[in-house]
Amino acid sequence: MATDAKETGVLDPPALPGGAPAGGGELDAPIPTRQMLINLGPSHPATHGVTRIVVELAGETIESMKLDIGFLHRGFEKSCENVTWTQCFPYTDRLNYVSSIMNNVGFALAVEKLCKLDVPDRAKYLRVITSELHRICDHLTLVGAMGMELGAMTVLLYAIEARDVLWDRLTEICGARLTSNYARVGGVARDVPEGWIEKTLGALDRTTAIVDEIDGLLTRNRIFVDRTRHTGKVSREDALELGFTGPCLRASGEAYDLRKAAPYLVYDRLDFDIPVGSNGDNFDRYLMRIEEMRQSDRIVRQCLQQMEPGEIAVADFRYVLPPKPLVYGTIEGVMAHFKLVMEGIKVPAGEAYSYTEAANGELGFYVVSDGGGKPYKLGLRAPGWPMTAALPHMLRGSLLSDLIPTFDSINMIGGEVEQ
Amino acid sequence: MASDIDVVPAITTRRDEAVSFLSKALGWARKYSLFQYPFVTACCGMEYMTVASARYDLDRFGAALPRFSPRQADLLMVVGTVNCKQAPILRRIYEQMADPKWVVAFGVCASSGGFYDNYATVQGIDRIIPVDVYIPGCPPRPEQVLDGIMLLQKRIQDQTHTLTEHTQQPLDPKPD
Amino acid sequence: MSKAVIQALLERFPRIVYDAYEGVGGDDCAFVQKARIADVCRFLREEPKYQFNMAPYITAVDYLGQEPRFEVVYNLLSTKYNTRIRLRVKVPEDDAVVPSVTGVWRGADWFERYCFDMYGIRFTGHPDLRRLFMYDEFVGHPLRKDYPLRGRQPLVAEREVKDVFRGPGPAGRD
Repeated sequence: MATDAKETGVLDPPALPGGAPAGGGELDAPIPTRQMLINLGPSHPATHGVTRIVVELAGETIESMKLDIGFLHRGFEKSCENVTWTQCFPYTDRLNYVSSIMNNVGFALAVEKLCKLDVPDRAKYLRVITSELHRICDHLTLVGAMGMELGAMTVLLYAIEARDVLWDRLTEICGARLTSNYARVGGVARDVPEGWIEKTLGALDRTTAIVDEIDGLLTRNRIFVDRTRHTGKVSREDALELGFTGPCLRASGEAYDLRKAAPYLVYDRLDFDIPVGSNGDNFDRYLMRIEEMRQSDRIVRQCLQQMEPGEIAVADFRYVLPPKPLVYGTIEGVMAHFKLVMEGIKVPAGEAYSYTEAANGELGFYVVSDGGGKPYKLGLRAPGWPMTAALPHMLRGSLLSDLIPTFDSINMIGGEVEQ
Repeated sequence: MASDIDVVPAITTRRDEAVSFLSKALGWARKYSLFQYPFVTACCGMEYMTVASARYDLDRFGAALPRFSPRQADLLMVVGTVNCKQAPILRRIYEQMADPKWVVAFGVCASSGGFYDNYATVQGIDRIIPVDVYIPGCPPRPEQVLDGIMLLQKRIQDQTHTLTEHTQQPLDPKPD
Repeated sequence: MSKAVIQALLERFPRIVYDAYEGVGGDDCAFVQKARIADVCRFLREEPKYQFNMAPYITAVDYLGQEPRFEVVYNLLSTKYNTRIRLRVKVPEDDAVVPSVTGVWRGADWFERYCFDMYGIRFTGHPDLRRLFMYDEFVGHPLRKDYPLRGRQPLVAEREVKDVFRGPGPAGRD
């Protein structure tokens, strides 16, 4: 109306389709959207391991999410029921394949709990040293992948270089870079080679330098912080109810770490801190990993100092292969070797649940034995499992682009979640 | 393996030598510009990340850029275990890729099922799709992977390339 | 502290919690009747003296040959008091239905789906009880002791491949 326009100087905006109220400016008008069902299929660059995520989107906001897993189910438990106890170690390697020694140690501790075995001190120190080195590798992989998927490709290259440096040391002690097969029931497989300790200290120096560089690249990076802060938030009560453990639980504010709450191996003799977060968002989970890498470095250095020469396995022929001179020289040695290899360790009948603090959380093995040489049941409590299951709860109402850093920061490793 | 010296042949005037020159030139171009589709499932994925990174650089072989769409890729690297639930998806991705395409079975789980001989896994992806190079290892060392890539490159060079014909193996070979 | 918890359970739920024992390594465990497991878990969670706020691991075991055949094992944790206990529920094969504890801890959801997928134990009151690892076309429950190790049910018809001979034993192509 021309007279109104002259009086007020402002034209009223026309009524919008859909009956939306005119007035309040065009920028506030609701845009009609449609619910879309999108499939982030099993073969996707940003899913760690293979997961199928079916996302119901309204615009860019996730209304609900359904996870479909099982694309990497390799029958771990059923395979382990058909091989001897010692032959289970390679299967456990491939569960959390980025930190495989922790799985080996967890399984060995479970069997030793049933057998009531106590391993020698040097074996305990070696287990802790190699576990913590693999914990650093796991966190490096996570930080690198998180950077890469948010666009910072350089961080991945640095993290993989640091991981390679550590893997070189682990190759010298275990024989393999990735799937180490290092722990045995009653101890560890082999002792450190000559000069390994000095080389490891050098490797740790190099790794710390790279971790500091990655920290400098990401922690105050505007883009990284904007994408990870306040996304994927989980409150402390929710995290406990959903079953979170490990860095993801500590990022939400609950200071529960099995190395302090229920110390095993030599963790009670070591001096280290537990970082605890406050917000429970992706940024806190990322910071957890950086800090834990620094603490693991402290732990390894203390262990290398405290470790004394000694036996690396219990000298009990019922559980540990006898040394080769005895196998070739004595009747008992040959018989023990034969029985251990052909029939397996005779673990007393019973059941036990043993838990350790793996890189991702509480790694539990529920072992049931019927007294024979093969496990009757080997149940795995994968640390990444509750976090993956909780993704739909964590992401309801978030943007689609928040899915990627959240999926990264919970560190879902396909091998352990899908066994 | 690494000692083959790679030289582009000189131009001749006879027709069949010209055709073979074209084939060799196409082979040379194709082998040094592999766009991989890393179908990563399991532990071998960690070694794949290492092979693609700075120390054991896959970029030197021209195979740096992964293409996460099967339409844009020509090398399907099946990295890790393929289980029965994943098999239809692998087959679908293979069918979606355009010719010429090659398949590398990376790791022993993709080559033959590995030590997962149970109800869940496919015993080797060659039971689903034809494979060109098998790289065994659990996981294979990066040097082994690079050796496998060089073997594939030699195979690509030795294949007959034309601009129009499809020379790949059929997906389901006819029963004899 | 875990002994005190088991003692309190034995007093509060007299015939429902039975056969308490101390397992290897000092784990305190007890058996619970199938019908009331959700009530026992709710009590453990809500009682301020115990506050079992997490169920880290729930699994099932197939004791083929024993009657009842299955057993569902609940490992519970209280982070506040740093205590753990284990509850075992015997489940017969012909009536393999257990009340769900997802009302007590939401995190028990996938564990119960795993028990259903691998062993065939159903849970009443579960929000979405479907298979977890195996595909829907799969027939049977793989982790049962009478399911063959190599019982593959392929989704895609496999090509003819010249296979290496596997040697004696329960092997061969299936």
